[in-house]
Amino acid sequence: MIPELGHFSLILAAGLSVLLAVLPALGAGRRNPMLMASGAPLAAGVLVFILLSFACLLYAFAQDDFSVRYVAEHSNTALPLYYKIAAAWSAHEGSFLLWTLIMAVWTFAVACFSRSLTLDMQARVLSVLGLLTAGFTFFLLFTSNPFARNLPIFPLDGADLNPLLQDFGLIVHPPLLYMGYVGFAVPFAFAIATLTTGHLDAAWVRWSRPWTTVAWAFLSIGITLGSWWAYYELGWGGWWFWDAVENASFMPWLAGTALIHSLAVSDKRGLFKSWTVLLAIVTFSLSLLGAFLVRSGVLISVHAFAVDPARGIFILIFLGLVVGGSLVLYAFKATATKRASSYSWSSRETLLLVNNLLLSVAVAAILLGTLYPLLYEVVTSGGKISVGPPYFNTVFLPILVLLFLAMVFAPQSRWRETGVKQVLGKLMPVLAVAIFIVAGLTWMLELPLDPVGFVFQSIAVWLLFTLAGDWWLSSSTKKPLSASRLGMLLAHSGIGVAILGVAVTVCFSEGQDLRMLPGDVTSIQGYDFRFDEMTRVAGPNYMADRAQFSVSKNGQLVTHLYPEKRVYHVSRNVMTEADMDPSPLRDLYVALGEPLGGSAWAVRLHVKPFVRWIWFGGLMIAVGGFITVCDRRYRNFAARQPVFYDEETNKQMNTR
Amino acid sequence: MKFGRMKAQRRNRVMLVCLILLSTGAAVAFALLALNQNINLFYTPTQIVAGKAPENKLIRAGGMVVAGSLVRSGTGLDLRFIISDLRAAEVEVRYAGILPDLFREGQGVIAHGKLQDDGVFYAEEILAKHDENYMPPELLQEESQPE
Amino acid sequence: MNVVTPNKAGVRLTKRLLIPLVVFVLLVIFLALGFRLKDAHLLPSALINKPFPEFALADLLRADLTRSRQAFIGRVSLVNVWATWCPNCLIEHPELLRISREEQVPLYGINYNDDADKAVAWLQRHQDPYVFSIVDDAGSLAIDLGVYGAPETFVVDAAGVIRFRHVGPVTPLVWRQQIRPVIELLRRRAESDASNKKNDA
Repeated sequence: MIPELGHFSLILAAGLSVLLAVLPALGAGRRNPMLMASGAPLAAGVLVFILLSFACLLYAFAQDDFSVRYVAEHSNTALPLYYKIAAAWSAHEGSFLLWTLIMAVWTFAVACFSRSLTLDMQARVLSVLGLLTAGFTFFLLFTSNPFARNLPIFPLDGADLNPLLQDFGLIVHPPLLYMGYVGFAVPFAFAIATLTTGHLDAAWVRWSRPWTTVAWAFLSIGITLGSWWAYYELGWGGWWFWDAVENASFMPWLAGTALIHSLAVSDKRGLFKSWTVLLAIVTFSLSLLGAFLVRSGVLISVHAFAVDPARGIFILIFLGLVVGGSLVLYAFKATATKRASSYSWSSRETLLLVNNLLLSVAVAAILLGTLYPLLYEVVTSGGKISVGPPYFNTVFLPILVLLFLAMVFAPQSRWRETGVKQVLGKLMPVLAVAIFIVAGLTWMLELPLDPVGFVFQSIAVWLLFTLAGDWWLSSSTKKPLSASRLGMLLAHSGIGVAILGVAVTVCFSEGQDLRMLPGDVTSIQGYDFRFDEMTRVAGPNYMADRAQFSVSKNGQLVTHLYPEKRVYHVSRNVMTEADMDPSPLRDLYVALGEPLGGSAWAVRLHVKPFVRWIWFGGLMIAVGGFITVCDRRYRNFAARQPVFYDEETNKQMNTR
Repeated sequence: MKFGRMKAQRRNRVMLVCLILLSTGAAVAFALLALNQNINLFYTPTQIVAGKAPENKLIRAGGMVVAGSLVRSGTGLDLRFIISDLRAAEVEVRYAGILPDLFREGQGVIAHGKLQDDGVFYAEEILAKHDENYMPPELLQEESQPE
Repeated sequence: MNVVTPNKAGVRLTKRLLIPLVVFVLLVIFLALGFRLKDAHLLPSALINKPFPEFALADLLRADLTRSRQAFIGRVSLVNVWATWCPNCLIEHPELLRISREEQVPLYGINYNDDADKAVAWLQRHQDPYVFSIVDDAGSLAIDLGVYGAPETFVVDAAGVIRFRHVGPVTPLVWRQQIRPVIELLRRRAESDASNKKNDA
């Protein structure tokens, strides 16, 4: 009965979301306050029923109800409870229900925290969100019902969760990632609602900013966790593969980053408004495109879900309607207002424009690389190619250098006009110091010189120093740093930290794949890895061959590492469980390959300096985003009527 | 005053357009160049045996690992195995390194590497998908086309 | 007075603003093309490639005979899991009868979790498409096969290896689009193997 209840509440939620899509919009069109006010309660209703539906699915998993096909295919009685629960979103149907749930959460959040909006605006925004929720619930009901039964005969035990997914990463990564993906629906809805009113005024920009930043911060954590998970679970020590699915999450992140900055310019200076609207549409479209790529089987990827043509067609049509409709609306309604104010080429506006341009180019290049195999196949009717990481690295790294330059200068620059000499005079000595330090360290530690790595290390250090200096100067004055400034500094530092981690890891990691017998010792960067012994251990649902390695430096024991080779009972899958000794300055990494006969094993050993910095930087970025949202500006705003321009800009306008 | 602002604005706009054009042009040229150098074509064993695959160029070869064909050298991590498609064309693959967990005889793999003039495929990377029903889709497509 | 002037004409088209739409339409067209291309090749991904499990079970109509997996070896064959309690089995029945009449492929039945007397009566009433059916009343073979529920149909190659599995009734569409291509593929392969051997000799 419980699965039927879940199914039924999903149907109810679909009905309510159709009402949510229609009624408030109708009210806004007819200026009927009753209908307009129906948005918030309807949003609450949708949330309640999707939540109930999701709870039913979790219950089916917790109770091992294998009469539900989705449960039978992805769970097993031997699985620990927390993996049973997480198995609910380990495959297409359940993960999409989670996606829809998160959509409902965002919609409800908008309904709760939009008291400062005019009723008309609130109604339009909620209707757009309701339309999206309706699309998602219909997609679930028609193509991917997680509650479908296997009656009358059902298996006694489930087929088990893929061992790769039996990990902490599965529990936290998808929910956070979806919070980001789906969160971009909010600025999208604000943009569409504004377009339908026909006034592209500045108010929507102010409203969108905190929402965009929160969604973006969630996406940052999601991507960071994904990379960390890949590193210790799937990656054989790699942390980013330019895989189609990774790109599908990275593109909305880049577009979202551009959106945050262009929103800032639109908010503060009233510029680029039409462009900002377009970016809001594009960012969410890239989220939907990602869903299509992952769930349709169009692209082959390690992460892709099982293939079903009906799903692909549905998402493609949905994508076409939503994005196509938005862009038609944009083409007709976004007629750019006259530029309200001017700025010099040496202003913060210019730098943020450069930022947007570079990020857009990066998105386009990644999109091209991701879709190129498909394009090639279409053009040559069936030719097969793959585009590897070298392509992405070649196009992305130069863009990244330029972005870095903009990132160093922008926080030091002023709106409208900046004294170039003054800023250069402040920043160039810092660059000299950064280069001196990086070069000095490279020389002192006798590290190999890698020109590209050297450039990135120097720029990252330069960026970090300028940001630290900025922070130090601001905190030494009486006036406290505003939350938005602090968040910005932290997020930018996060990027510096992450890129420094990447640049150091890529240049100075050392590793070896080799054959080892118990008792063998191999030395990498001064660490002696000794293969002590092999033992057999039993886990809750697997058997494992576990090796013991002692790692020592200069005869001093550093740590023991226990990599495993597991065989899972139910699926008979073999899994490599690497072991590592993390520390801020270096990771020691050992993974077992396959047994080579006798007592010999294939072994992978790595010393990876600074690899943790990548994810620490990612977390700093996300925390920075969350801090920004706490800024007083957004809270004061709630109490105040929308103001279109600040005093400064007003003067600008009056002089015209 | 007014005139000055107009002029400044126009100058800004021209600069902006130039900047956009320049950077887009550079980006497109760059991306195409990079794509050209970094795409890997896919070949089936049949195509390789028929001499359709280029030698000494990074390509991908996909097929089923012939059961019983995996041979390891006694000392290092060197190994060789034979991949075949369902039409009995066979190609020897040599590799030095760790095989993926899902590498199994009788199942599909994709080898990334170079074909040498001795007809042997020297792989730099071996990929196996995380799905036990997996067969390289490229191979299936090849198969399902009428002869 | 400090409000930005909204554009006076409610709807006015600026050509420049159409660019994103055009780009997007192109993108969707090409995604759809790529998707269609992929779609045509989805079917064989259900290849399973595992030997049909060992069994020793009684023949439904001739209870003195014990059948084993040897029976499936030598030719490409179809194995269908059915039961009298299964409404979908009745739905697929006409198509199974047609296959057994018109197609050159032996069809075997596994009578699953059923009452043997009822099963015999059912076959008499609806006609028997199977070369033979085996009695799996305990469901042991079905568990080895990982059967979700009846009906299910397996394609087994000449070496006794499961090559394809279809869950649900075999409709004419399923036969045409999924099962027949797999059988033809397996036969082509067997032929090319045979001719290669001849050449070798």
